[in-house]
Amino acid sequence: MIHASHFTAVLLFALFASTVFGITMRETPRRMFRYGLYCFALFVSSAIVISWVMFLIAR
Amino acid sequence: MLYSQKGMATAPVKTAGQNSLQGFVYLPLIAGWLFPGAGHFLLRKWGRGALLCASIVGMFVIGLAMHGKLYTGAQDILDMLGFVGDLGNGLLFFFGRIFGLGADQVQVTTGDYGTKFIVVAGLLNVIAAVDAHNLRTGRKPL
Repeated sequence: MIHASHFTAVLLFALFASTVFGITMRETPRRMFRYGLYCFALFVSSAIVISWVMFLIAR
Repeated sequence: MLYSQKGMATAPVKTAGQNSLQGFVYLPLIAGWLFPGAGHFLLRKWGRGALLCASIVGMFVIGLAMHGKLYTGAQDILDMLGFVGDLGNGLLFFFGRIFGLGADQVQVTTGDYGTKFIVVAGLLNVIAAVDAHNLRTGRKPL
């Protein structure tokens, strides 16, 4: 059984989802890679920003 | 007067007729749903198929390893949505049910994450299967 931390789970989720998004939403390999990278960055950065917002609201 | 595209900036666009192969048009869609990446393999998109397969199967397996739950039926609307998401995994879901994989009750925090991983793997598999169908019909260039 895997006991992943919250952040590890976010990274794994972002990696797999952005891979599928990149392949299915763009047509050429170069654009697939760039779009996948863009999605990965958005997933991770939005998770960090929302975490900080929730932390500040909870204080 | 002869017209040639040779040397022009625009690449020749493949039409639906050029993309279409012989056989049942929905085969990549159904194969892609039953097993992640199989639709792309049928269209000889080996690299894309392998990446899709690794991503979706990886997400499903990690979800199970986190003690995620496989939905069995619909007691309420949220269970129903989860069940529909799980069904997107195709054979992975059915084998998981047959072999009794997945937790019956979510008891740990990672189990809740795992349940979401399994549902999202199913939804991503549906997107991948539709992409294979679009490649097959020529809506998306090969």
